[in-house]
Amino acid sequence: MDPTPSSLPEDFLKRTFSLLTSDTDHNSVSLVCKHWYTAERLTRRHVSIRNCYSVSPEILTARFPAIRSVTLKGKPRFSDFNLVPDDWGADVQPWLNAFATAYPCLEEVRLKRMVVSDESLEFLALNFDEFKCLSLLSCEGFSTLGLEAIATYCKNLTELDIQENGIDDLGGDWLSYFPENLTSLEVLNFSTLTSEVSFDALESLVSRCKSLRVLKVNRKVNLEQLKRLLVLAPQLTELGMGSFMEELVSSSVNGLEEAFSKCGNLVTLSGFWDATLLHLPAVYPVCGNLTFLNLSYANIGPDELEQILARSKRLVRLWVVDTVGDKGLEAVGSHCPLLEELRVFPVDPFDQKLGVTDSGLVAVSKGCPKLHYILYFCQRMTNAAVITVAENCPNFTHFRLCIMNPREPDYLTNEPMDEAFGAIVKTCTKLQRLSVSGLLTDLAFEYIGKYAKNLETLSVAFAGSSNLGMEYVMRGCPKLKRVEIRDCPFGDSALLSGLTQYESMRSLWMSDCNVTMDGCKKLAEEMSRLNVEVIKDEGDDDQVASKVYVYQTVAGPRKDAPPFVVTL
Amino acid sequence: MSSEISNITSEPPNTDAVTVGSLNINDTELTLGLPGESRKLVAKRRFSVITDLKLGGNHRSDSIITKNSPSKEQLVGWPPVRSYRKNMTKSDCKYVKVAVDGAPYLRKVGLELYSGYQQLMCAFEDLFSCLAIKNVSNEMKLMDPVNGTEYVPTYEDKDGDWMLVGDVPWKMFVESCKRIRLMKNSEAINGSGMHNSQIFETTF
Repeated sequence: MDPTPSSLPEDFLKRTFSLLTSDTDHNSVSLVCKHWYTAERLTRRHVSIRNCYSVSPEILTARFPAIRSVTLKGKPRFSDFNLVPDDWGADVQPWLNAFATAYPCLEEVRLKRMVVSDESLEFLALNFDEFKCLSLLSCEGFSTLGLEAIATYCKNLTELDIQENGIDDLGGDWLSYFPENLTSLEVLNFSTLTSEVSFDALESLVSRCKSLRVLKVNRKVNLEQLKRLLVLAPQLTELGMGSFMEELVSSSVNGLEEAFSKCGNLVTLSGFWDATLLHLPAVYPVCGNLTFLNLSYANIGPDELEQILARSKRLVRLWVVDTVGDKGLEAVGSHCPLLEELRVFPVDPFDQKLGVTDSGLVAVSKGCPKLHYILYFCQRMTNAAVITVAENCPNFTHFRLCIMNPREPDYLTNEPMDEAFGAIVKTCTKLQRLSVSGLLTDLAFEYIGKYAKNLETLSVAFAGSSNLGMEYVMRGCPKLKRVEIRDCPFGDSALLSGLTQYESMRSLWMSDCNVTMDGCKKLAEEMSRLNVEVIKDEGDDDQVASKVYVYQTVAGPRKDAPPFVVTL
Repeated sequence: MSSEISNITSEPPNTDAVTVGSLNINDTELTLGLPGESRKLVAKRRFSVITDLKLGGNHRSDSIITKNSPSKEQLVGWPPVRSYRKNMTKSDCKYVKVAVDGAPYLRKVGLELYSGYQQLMCAFEDLFSCLAIKNVSNEMKLMDPVNGTEYVPTYEDKDGDWMLVGDVPWKMFVESCKRIRLMKNSEAINGSGMHNSQIFETTF
């Protein structure tokens, strides 16, 4: 008899599955048959929960008994832009409680947009002896006291990555809490902490952690200190520098340049706060090897940018501020043929200064045919430019264009920007993520629904003419996972048009649209495995559903919902 | 003379020839650069022109600065830039430029690094090594011991007025100070130095 999937011995299956690295593979394998499901669940080591309310800690720990690494994401992405009230939820503690019992050997915790208190950090540090890796991105609720606990108790720590959090920075002594015998650190990122850390402690830590490969210091570390650290750790592959703001003595730049010349493994460089043309030569020795250059905190101009780029021919990812202007982007087009990702951030989102425009974007697309990821903040754009960009770079997977004035038309023709996004979705068949902006009618969404068959994430703001807009998308794009919409004229019928989609989607966010409580109730009635949550704003009248968050879940309605979150 | 040059922004050169007596003002223009390099002409700083110098960045002379429409700023969370990033692109420490009459270069001090006027005066002593603090009753002055010239610290506040350093509480000073000038005492007394265009003495 031919062996069937279900007849293979469990040991064999477990061994095979434990070699699988991707979550998707694990998920696929678990669906083959009950036998495989059982073998797989016993071997899964890493789980990634992209919406912490889609499953409960109990359900998770019951299914997967052997997890060593967890990634948890909490609040909807629009919470980054203050659209989600405080105390909404996403507290990590209930998860840690469950993990303490079920996963005592837990090694890695990566959190994004979760609420993490100092007590939780202390709990983590004290309850998991094997704990190695902590990554906190865009989280809030903790202070440097929590970091002290991590430093003190995590004897096997290899990674501490603290990024862009709403942290109460009470001072820099936390670094001194790492014990003298801790030598295992490989990744240390405290670039976004604002207070000074004890440099002696930092120097000693860098000196004794011979496996350190990623070091990102904060703005309070000066050039002289940075030089000393580099001399101790020439093996670094990723470096986040501190501040360049200080008196320039040519000898200190030379010293730094020499230290950089010994760092043959550096491929990622970031930081650059307050850098000017006079300081930049210090980094020239490593430019030739760089694949990722993050200048998004350096308000430099086109000339400085060109100086660096001329030496950085291997760049694959580049993040800059719009102070570089179109001229700087022309330099990108000329010097970076291997570029795949470009992000241009606005130095001052409310300033009407031109920053970058359509011509900069076109210049990049001409010189960088491999470009597939763009995030571009600008004051104005034209359809023609985006159409050209789509022709030059048909491989876009992520196209995020933010024209900063809401409902801004094509500035040359005064027409809506429909054709621009139409061109993108028609030409870029691999498109997974799209953020639209500018003046858009339902036509843009008709294009999206018709052509963007691989689209997974869609962000829409101040766009569309009627319900039809959203209906085109919800009916036309089969692979949608996350949709976030704000300030659009989409109402209940648009909301309900996605009925068949929502269970295969991660989440839908709609705020300040035309959705009513009745519409939400109807949705909730039709779909039992969805949580339909309305966040009530003060002063909202009863029928208005100003913020709606819809997501699939196996955990039922939230038990920790605050009073302003109504689950229907 | 040290070869240090801190952040210098160049304003478009003044093309209108201005003469004072028989002197063409342009001939006495301050020029900046390391000794031996070709000079760049820098326009005279007019106190009536308040340009908000972006610290650490290049001044875009071709940019158009217009007032924002108030409604845009009232939109919550738009443009979609994380508040972390919005805060970080501003200078972390409030740095202001310090000019000394007679010196061809500017320095920067981080006001938030100091807890009071005394520390600030010490910082001036460090930055301008030829000056020493002269303690005369409650006045804050610096002096060049070589030629006896006295310097009085003054600053430009948020309203564009030039004030004497030391009058207001420290925190208020940090909040309102936009830039500092160590003014030669004779000019400060006359008041004449505060409103006219400055002609720096070149010492090259």
